[in-house]
Amino acid sequence: AGPAAAGRRAAQAQRVWATPPEGASEFEEASNLLAETPDAVTTSGSGQLTPQGHVAVAVDSGGSYGAEEEVEESDKTALLQEKQQPGFWTFGYYQSFFDVDTCQVLDRIRGSLLPRPGHNFVRHRLRNRPDLYGPFWICATLAFVLAVTGNLTLVLAQRRDPSIHYSPQFHKVTVAGITIYCYVWLVPLALWGFLQWRKRVRERVGPYTFLETVCVYGYSLFVFIPTVVLWLIPVPWLQWLFGALALALSAASLVFTLWPVVREDTRLVAAVLLSTVVLLHALLATGCKFYFFQPLPLEPLAPPPQATSLPLNLLPPPTPRSQVT
Amino acid sequence: MAKAAESSGEPGTTSPRPLFAGLSDISISQDIPVEGEITIPMRSHIREFDSSTLNESVQNTIMRDLKAVGKKFMHVLYPRKSNTLLRDWDLWGPLILCVTLALMLQRSSVDSEKDGGPQFAEVFVIVWFGAVTITLNSKLLGGNISFFQSLCVLGYCILPLTVAMLVCRLVLLAEQGPINFMVRLFVVIVMFTWSIVASTAFLADSQPPNRKALAIYPVFLFYFVISWMILTFTPQ
Repeated sequence: AGPAAAGRRAAQAQRVWATPPEGASEFEEASNLLAETPDAVTTSGSGQLTPQGHVAVAVDSGGSYGAEEEVEESDKTALLQEKQQPGFWTFGYYQSFFDVDTCQVLDRIRGSLLPRPGHNFVRHRLRNRPDLYGPFWICATLAFVLAVTGNLTLVLAQRRDPSIHYSPQFHKVTVAGITIYCYVWLVPLALWGFLQWRKRVRERVGPYTFLETVCVYGYSLFVFIPTVVLWLIPVPWLQWLFGALALALSAASLVFTLWPVVREDTRLVAAVLLSTVVLLHALLATGCKFYFFQPLPLEPLAPPPQATSLPLNLLPPPTPRSQVT
Repeated sequence: MAKAAESSGEPGTTSPRPLFAGLSDISISQDIPVEGEITIPMRSHIREFDSSTLNESVQNTIMRDLKAVGKKFMHVLYPRKSNTLLRDWDLWGPLILCVTLALMLQRSSVDSEKDGGPQFAEVFVIVWFGAVTITLNSKLLGGNISFFQSLCVLGYCILPLTVAMLVCRLVLLAEQGPINFMVRLFVVIVMFTWSIVASTAFLADSQPPNRKALAIYPVFLFYFVISWMILTFTPQ
C-alpha cells in the first residue's frame, strides 16, 4: 500500500470520527483503520488512537525549533543509539565532536578553573563526552592573546622609553599558534600512547580515549588567558606570582584527572609520569613568558638598538624561535 | 496540511474576513473577485534562464555585477534583518575587500625587518582561512546555513573595517602623537562594533538557540584580530 492508499484510509477514518457512530461495528472499524495507519495521522509514528490530539500539537509548535519537535528528536536519537557511528570520512562523524551547548562549554571551563581533589574532570564534567570546540577555540584565543599582549608590552615600554623601536611583530602570531597547537595535540598523543602501553598493568580503571586527553589539556589552558592579560602589569614579582598561580591551577587540574588512572600503576611510573606532565606544562608557561614578554629595562641605560631587528635580547633564545627561520 | 485541518470548515479564501462577511447571503458571489494574488512577482533578477547574457557587452556584465556588489555593501552598512546577502550570495565583494585590505596593510618593501607588520599573503590567509574556519565551526555546531552563504556574509562584513583602514591611513598622514592614536582607536572600535552587529544580524538566525554564543564568539575573535592589525599599522 503506497502513501496514497494510506492517505485514503486516513481520510476514511477521519470521516468516520466526524459523523456520530451508528453502531459498535463502525466504531471498531474506525479504530482498526487508525491502528493500521498510524503514520498517516500522527506526527511521531507512535501509533496512538487519538489522532486529533497529535495534529493539534503539530499545529501549535510552528517554527523550526519548537519544544515538541526537540523532544521527539531526542526520543528518536535515544532509539537510534544502537546505530553504528558514521565513518570518519562523513561530516556527521566530526559533527559528533561539536555536540555541545553554550552552558556545557561554560560549565567545563568552570570545572577546569577550580580543580578539586576528588573530582575527576573527565568523569564529572565531560561525562565521557569530549568535545573539540573547547580545546580548539581556547588554543586560538590563547595564541592571539599572547601575540597581542606581547605587542602591547612593547607599546607600554616605548611610552616609558622613546628610544625603543616599536614594530607590530606579526610573526609572533605564527609562532604562538604553532607552539600552542603542537602542545595540545602532541603531548596528549604521547600521554595517551604511554597510558595505552601500560594498560595491562591496570585492572580496574580504563584509560582515557585520545579525545578525552586532548579535551583535558585544552580546557586546562584556559586559565592562562586571563593570566597573560594580567602580565601586562610591568611589575616583575607580580608577573611571577600570577604565572605561578596559573601554573598551579592548571597543573592541579591535570594531575587530579590523571591520578585515578595512574594510581593502579607502580609508584615509580606514577611519580615519573605526573612530574613529566607538570614539567612540560611549566616549560610551556615559562617559554611563553620569556618569548612574548621579554623583560625590558626601565631606564634607558642600554645602548638604543635602532639597527637591530628586536629591541632587546637579554635571554638565550628559547626553542620556539627556531621554528620561525 | 495542518492549516487545512484547522480551517476545514470554510472555503479557502485569501481575502480578509470582515470585508466579505455577508458574502454567503448574496448569490452573486461569482461577480465579486474573491481570489487574491498569491504569487509574488520576483522574476526580475533570475538571469540563469536568460541566454542572451552571452551576447551583451562586457560593460553590461560588469555594471550588473558591480551594482549587485554595491547593493550588498549598502545592506552591510545599514544592517536590517534581510535575506539579500544570504539569498544572492557572491564572493566578488569579499575578494575586492580582502585584496584592498591586504594591499593597505602590507609592510613596505623598505621595511624588511623580521618583526614588521603582516605581509600581503599573511593578511589574505588570515581573512580567508579565518572565514572558512568560522563557517566550518558553525556547520559542525549544527547551523543550517550553506558554506558559501556564510563566507559571503563574513567577507562583506569586513567593509566597515576596510573603511576604518582608509581613515587610519589618512589620519596617519598628520603628525603622530597621542591624539592621533586616540582618533584611530576610536574609529577602529566603532567599525569593529559595526562589523560584529552586521554579521550577527545575518548569521544569528541560522544557529540553534542554545548554541548561538558558541557560533558568534569565533566571529568576534576574527574581527578582533583584523582590528588589531589595522590599529597597529605603522607606516615606515
